[in-house]
Amino acid sequence: MSWITKNLWLIPILPLLAAALISVCKQPRRRTAATLAIGSMVFSFLLSCCAFATTLHSEHGGFREVANFDWFSFGTTTLRLGWVLDPLTACMLVMVTFVGTLIFIYSIGYMAHDENFTRFFCFLALFAAAMLGILIANNLLLLFISWELVGLASYLLIGFWFHKPSAAAAAKKAFITTRIGDIGFFIGILWLYSSTGTLLFYDNGAGCLESSALTKLVTETTFAGMAVSTAIAILIFCGAIGKSGQVPLHVWLPDAMEGPTPVSALIHAATMVAAGVFLVARVYPLMEVTAPGLPSVSTALQVVTWIGAITAVFAALIAVAQNDIKRILAYSTVSQLGFMMMGLGMGGVAVGMFHLITHAFFKSLLFLGAGSIIHGCHEEQDIRHMGGLKKYMPLTFATYAIGMMALSGVPFFFSGFWSKDEILHSAFTWQVSKIPFYLAAFGALLTAFYMTRQICYAFFGSYRGHKHPHESPRVMTVPLVLLAIGAIVLGVFGTPAWPAFETYLSGHDAEFDVAKLLRGETLSVMLISICIVAVGIFAAWQLYGRKPVKTADQPDPLEAVNGNVYRWLANRLYIDEFYDATVIRLNAAFAYSADLLDRVLWGGAVRAASLVTLAFAHINRTIDDLFINFGFDESCHNIRRSSGFLSKLQDGQIQNYLRGIGVALATLVLFLIWGCR
Amino acid sequence: MLAWTVYSSFIGAAVVALMPSKSIRAVRATALLTATIGLLLAFAGIVQHTPGQLATITKLNWIPQLGISFHFAADGISLTLVLLTGIAAVCGILFSWNIEHRVKEFFAFYLALIGGVYGVFISFDLFLLFVFYEIAIVPKYFLIAIWGSTRREYGAMKLALYSFIGSAMVLVGIISAYVVAGGKTFDLIELAQFPFPEAFQFWAFPLVFIGFAILAGLWPFHTWAPTGHVAAPTAASMLLAGVVMKLGAYGALRVAMTLFPLGLAAWRDVIALLAVIGIVYGATVALVQRDFKFVIGYSSVSHMGFVLLGLMTLSQIGLSGAVLQMFSHGIIAGLLFGVVGRMVYERAHTRELALLQGMNLSKAIPFAAVTFIIGGVASMGLPGFSGFIAELQVLIGAWQTFPGFAILAGVGILIGVAYTLRAIIKGFFSENEIVSTAHSEPLAPISMPERLGAAILIVTTLVVGIYPRLLLDIISPSWNSELMQHLVKGGAQ
Repeated sequence: MSWITKNLWLIPILPLLAAALISVCKQPRRRTAATLAIGSMVFSFLLSCCAFATTLHSEHGGFREVANFDWFSFGTTTLRLGWVLDPLTACMLVMVTFVGTLIFIYSIGYMAHDENFTRFFCFLALFAAAMLGILIANNLLLLFISWELVGLASYLLIGFWFHKPSAAAAAKKAFITTRIGDIGFFIGILWLYSSTGTLLFYDNGAGCLESSALTKLVTETTFAGMAVSTAIAILIFCGAIGKSGQVPLHVWLPDAMEGPTPVSALIHAATMVAAGVFLVARVYPLMEVTAPGLPSVSTALQVVTWIGAITAVFAALIAVAQNDIKRILAYSTVSQLGFMMMGLGMGGVAVGMFHLITHAFFKSLLFLGAGSIIHGCHEEQDIRHMGGLKKYMPLTFATYAIGMMALSGVPFFFSGFWSKDEILHSAFTWQVSKIPFYLAAFGALLTAFYMTRQICYAFFGSYRGHKHPHESPRVMTVPLVLLAIGAIVLGVFGTPAWPAFETYLSGHDAEFDVAKLLRGETLSVMLISICIVAVGIFAAWQLYGRKPVKTADQPDPLEAVNGNVYRWLANRLYIDEFYDATVIRLNAAFAYSADLLDRVLWGGAVRAASLVTLAFAHINRTIDDLFINFGFDESCHNIRRSSGFLSKLQDGQIQNYLRGIGVALATLVLFLIWGCR
Repeated sequence: MLAWTVYSSFIGAAVVALMPSKSIRAVRATALLTATIGLLLAFAGIVQHTPGQLATITKLNWIPQLGISFHFAADGISLTLVLLTGIAAVCGILFSWNIEHRVKEFFAFYLALIGGVYGVFISFDLFLLFVFYEIAIVPKYFLIAIWGSTRREYGAMKLALYSFIGSAMVLVGIISAYVVAGGKTFDLIELAQFPFPEAFQFWAFPLVFIGFAILAGLWPFHTWAPTGHVAAPTAASMLLAGVVMKLGAYGALRVAMTLFPLGLAAWRDVIALLAVIGIVYGATVALVQRDFKFVIGYSSVSHMGFVLLGLMTLSQIGLSGAVLQMFSHGIIAGLLFGVVGRMVYERAHTRELALLQGMNLSKAIPFAAVTFIIGGVASMGLPGFSGFIAELQVLIGAWQTFPGFAILAGVGILIGVAYTLRAIIKGFFSENEIVSTAHSEPLAPISMPERLGAAILIVTTLVVGIYPRLLLDIISPSWNSELMQHLVKGGAQ
């Protein structure tokens, strides 16, 4: 075992120690807190790089080392925990620690004026520790433990400005909604444990993700003829649905934007919400296993794919009709997480994980850029009150544009293009159904559309706010630049010509082969993808970029699709007209109805469930008060009444007592005589 | 040596009672010293304990004519609960450091109660156990009736009556078992070897089990618990939730389940069902309470449901989980009652969540807020705290026997999250500007004994949560002893 595997535990422990140290130091010691948190992250980053380097050199079949230890035992069985180092862990470790470090640095600038600066860094470090714990866990229970701690840190950070009632409510909503998924996850864990007797992923052939356990799981069946493996996989996926904001549990993520922006970037874009995707990737052997003789795509993966596809389109539609800069990004995150799930479901671990990594870079870039805008515009979050910012904030604009192009999937130079292309490609060749491909394509179109719309609103046209905007300090812009570089460079590792990431995960050596780019299927999917992006950006540019809105209260061009627009479009080769009548109008209708659906149906369902619970609780309390208590009080009353009667007998009159004793004696004597006879 | 936990508590109670009532400081110091000695003895007992062994401590003939002996013994289960009692006793004294009214009497009753509880946990003679059980109940009544708050006479009377009804059922059960077994002995270990006829077990088991389980908050006999907790002074509610409810669960395990395994087999499903109802019911009711202490009172009902569910699984993991949950709940509930009863109520003079909302307590007493959050997340079963390990084991055990109940219990945990968050936000983190002017005077800072008590409890739940082997290594082998195997095998038939 290499020394880095032995010491892998240091990676999450360092931030945890930092959190502990910050929590004991006094409130005003800002410099100490920030230094501790960032220092621990930098160390973790360096260790992660070592881990990454170790996983690069491997013999055929992939690098994997585990370190397991006993936690506690009951009877003859022992519950063992442990950590694992394999390419999946290593690449995530590097991503999380790198992005985390940048966001920590950025937070110094963003939170500079906050009175609870030290507490913020304490929570951030706690979060980082728990997140890194998820990544290295070699035991589903240890993963679950870290998973819950991440949820706690997220709760604390969303509710960081708890004096805002909306923030407190959002924190509560996030915690409870994700916990709904976690109950399924937890039941899955129980089931897995009682079926296989272990929760270790890899244990020299005895782990629950290794062939002997999987064979056992897949041959057993449960209700409706479903394989136990399928049932457990879907239950575990419930946890991922909650954490990764998939439909129908996505409602918490947009609300979570009440937290400080670095939190949104770190937790609700780059790392925590991606933990669900990571979880599916981690238990992938369980997800994909099928009984011999059945169709090769497992039921669990089909579920993952469909949920992902629906989420991708659903959230993208909503994003089109939002005006809060962070909410647009939040819905976009939900949508992109759907893409990742689709990638996992159809293309395998590498496809989903590659999009996860690239997304982490460009989405945290976008969030931090949004934070920079909000900071520069004096806490303004409504894009209608921005505009023309490219003049005031050139660096933010440049980096934001890179992030936008990466997210939209602008071809060739941006990582998002390559990662999304792989998802589209795997959807194109999926055996089960073609529908996810169309959904993914539509989602990609919408992504390009809403991002262009946002850029137009925020950076183009004239400034529509009141206070003078300014560029953010260096401590905030430098992380932006670094992330922007990442958002561009990362694409190199996932092109079809040189699929370094995929081969890294599977433990092969990548071969450079340009010819792969030009193969029929690859090429046609790529062309489709380019067309989609072009159409999306073009449509949005037509609506927002060419004629930027003048005042903040002017209705959204998408909302005010009117006759003038129609005629103007009619003169332009009728392509615009076509868009207007079909794509845009449908788009608007879909977007607004989906938004409505989101508010009324899912929100309503959650509210209805809580009302039912409350009603039930009230009924229970009434039962308690009326019946059980009443019965008790009544019987007490009876006892008191009867004791009143008894006490009348003891009136203190000796003659009465004597009379009683006499009668009793006589009875006893008579009884005895009668009895003796 | 463990027997000295009992003796020293009673000696301490007597010493305190004989002290002049003016010397308040000396009284407090004596009480704390006595409780600390008990705690140290409990530690020593655990260190000396050989896992898996049922060690006899003292065995003397007491009333040989009736077969009653003075029999103290301990296995891992007893020791865990003795340790819990020690910790709860010390922290309870720290949290009642500020009592001014009849200090001497308070601590005398308190120590007598502790002595009774220690006695129950290490008695292996049914008669002796019953005597200690009664000793524990009486001071309880006075602690609530004299030093209590809201509707204290009602609460105290309700608690006492419920307890005595339970005791009566237990007594009838014990005596009939004694008679059926030939009237020779009250010794638990000897009686457990007697094969009671199945028809007798069928009615004797529920009688004794429910008689004890009333005190463990078994639904629907739980209503004494919330009112009792609310009425009790802080230290008493800490002991009530922390230790006295465990007396019930312990008695149900040690007496009812051990003596009547066939009865257990017959009633197992019913009791598991009641336990699950208690989990969900307690949690839902806690969700809509207006009084802060009622929230925790009902949450205790919910958490004790896990203990009873774990006992009914009859698997080693479920049973160990049940015992660990007794320990864990004792610590966590003690912490929560300490915060609400002592830190909040005695400063804000109200426990109405609606009024507390306006006081912005997270700013006024941040220590209390942080402590309550830690207690709250521990109570909702967050990993890293002892409650998670305990509930995990109970649920793994339950999943193997009653999968449906395990899912329902999971729902109970979810509601647990909801009511805890509600209490945290309402109690500490909302700013309602309208009412906030009413309390202009600053609240007293959190005192040193309070900090110490809270710290002990937090550290305990964290240490056990992160390294549960400390306790599980002594609990888990206990089920392999002859006495317990009898139960595990017989009940599962």
